Amino acid sequence: MTTRIFVPRETAAVSVGADDVAIAIARQAKEHGAAIELVRNGSWGASWLEPLVEVVVGDKRIAYGNVAADDVPGLFEAGFLEGGDHEQRLGPIDEIPYLISQERWTFWRCGLVAPLDLGDFMAHQGFKAFEKAVELGPQGVIDAVKESGLRGRGGAGFPAGIKWQTVADTDGEQKYVACNADEGDSGTFSDRMLMEGDPLGLIESMMIAGFAVGASKGYIYLRSEYPLTHRILGKAIELAREAGWLGDNINGSGFDFDIELHLGAGSYVCGEETAMLESLEGKQGLVRAKPPLPAVSGLFGKPTVVNNVVTLASVPNIVNLGGDRYAAMGVNRSKGTLAFQLAGNIKRGGLVEKSFGVTLRELIEDYGGGTASGRPVKAVQVGGPLGAYIPADQLDTPLDYEAFVDIGALVGHGGIVVFDDSANMALQARFAMEFCAIESCGKCTPCRIGSTRGVEVIDRMMTGEDREENYDLLMELCDTMEDASLCAMGGMTPFPVRSVLKYYGEDFASAVGVDE
Amino acid sequence: MTHQDYDRQAATEIIAGFDARPEMLVQILHGFLDRFGWISEDAIRQLAEELNVSRADVHGVVSYYHDFRTTAPGRHIVKLCAAEACQAMGSRELEAHAKTRLAGNDVTIEPVYCLGNCACSPAVMIDGRTYGRVSKERFDEIVDGLGGVRT
Repeated sequence: MTTRIFVPRETAAVSVGADDVAIAIARQAKEHGAAIELVRNGSWGASWLEPLVEVVVGDKRIAYGNVAADDVPGLFEAGFLEGGDHEQRLGPIDEIPYLISQERWTFWRCGLVAPLDLGDFMAHQGFKAFEKAVELGPQGVIDAVKESGLRGRGGAGFPAGIKWQTVADTDGEQKYVACNADEGDSGTFSDRMLMEGDPLGLIESMMIAGFAVGASKGYIYLRSEYPLTHRILGKAIELAREAGWLGDNINGSGFDFDIELHLGAGSYVCGEETAMLESLEGKQGLVRAKPPLPAVSGLFGKPTVVNNVVTLASVPNIVNLGGDRYAAMGVNRSKGTLAFQLAGNIKRGGLVEKSFGVTLRELIEDYGGGTASGRPVKAVQVGGPLGAYIPADQLDTPLDYEAFVDIGALVGHGGIVVFDDSANMALQARFAMEFCAIESCGKCTPCRIGSTRGVEVIDRMMTGEDREENYDLLMELCDTMEDASLCAMGGMTPFPVRSVLKYYGEDFASAVGVDE
Repeated sequence: MTHQDYDRQAATEIIAGFDARPEMLVQILHGFLDRFGWISEDAIRQLAEELNVSRADVHGVVSYYHDFRTTAPGRHIVKLCAAEACQAMGSRELEAHAKTRLAGNDVTIEPVYCLGNCACSPAVMIDGRTYGRVSKERFDEIVDGLGGVRT
């Protein structure tokens, strides 16, 4: 009898030794004369348990957590192939509290399937949503997306259905779908996990988007910091093409669609949609002025749907199950689920897909287990480098686009970075400006020059030079950047800076000489 | 990392692999980076010729993107994540440690702003491989296993 064993081939798992574990398991099995089938799945998202290995016993998948290559001989001795008891045994994967309490609308296939096995994908609803989309017709799909209330998960939160409608209604022989996989925000990795764990699901999502708006070509703009993702996604596109799921007249539908995979080159601003389009055209990633919107004049001047990976990947189930089902989850104008990412100084970091309305405290304490260091939480940055630092007394804020705006913060792409009380927040304010100076595309002055001046002013505040005068100057600089920058890079860099001034002003006095 | 010296024929092949389409410039430059390790003046000149664009255009793109280094890298490339999630887990201290540990070696050290491994911070990328939960001790272990780095 052949025993199936799952070892993730996903960046986080591999970064802590999953490849070595897979090799050690193969070697031990050989020594024990045991027949095994090693499946390299995606991650379930419980990164704190990686490498997380599963053994199929009967109809259960028994999980073992934090497995190192050195642990493998001991696991075999403990009867690991029969799901034997061991201190690293976590029990059946579908009984792990961190996972079972989630609402996996978008990430349901991640961890479950072998990402590069087309048969496995098909056995788990693969391309069913595309077939349903063809039945519904383009407008039917757009109506379902509108009804779902799905908003852009890249950060801006723009209603996806309205964007799709605009592209569909704009005349043009050639239209495009551009998938934004330039996941640059620190503290975020949901796009990566989806692409590594369910790449064929993303391909299906793009096919549906293309079908709905009348686009025959899709682009994925993937950041170069994700080399493993690049290999997996490239292979998945190849598989889909070979099987006729990309190309002409897909599945006899009369619909033609293909996908080209592009790599970014280390520019944060290229995650901004118009800069991304410039980069896809082979140019510098300079932000374009809007209007025209990309939906009207996007890639190569053609009508283009630009959506984030997670936005697109939420669509197949909306088509399959109905927009009303998605809209029934969440709160207020924040419908459905978001894949939150627990990161930084947190005990149980990973991906948690939940309905909107869950509070920061539930995510950080119940799921995350508090800080990794065991010290009190001092600040939480939500939504990447342009997100405000939220103090510990505001952790009861529900995750909801509008509720976050009300406290001067943003949900963004759902990344949650926790800092403990040893962090000096003045350094974080300085870093916000420094990062903007490094990454500014340079097209507009407030961002290009303002960020450098911001670093200088903060440096003077930290050394105690005319602190009040420099405080006023910094606030004025923040006003200018917010009001006059072309895009969110310069326009929102002041958010983390202002939050530090507001909640952690005392850190400026103690920051002298801490850095460099 | 094994990079080759610049070779016009190899460069032409990379360009031809993208049908010499000017809109593929960023992708072609990645091809150059993989093969040669960096983007030389010779490369910029050849790209301009074969894509039929100006050298200024190529130079503009090369200098815009962080990935496209214009000097030859060391034998190994160590990218240290310097973004917020890793900062929260001591990346500033790790950076100082790494620089001390690798001083005098033929290693290129660069900051990177997020490797997307933020639940396993701090993270580093060495010769294209991402490592997570990198304590100072683990960093030393990884570095000790690299060829040509003094222990």
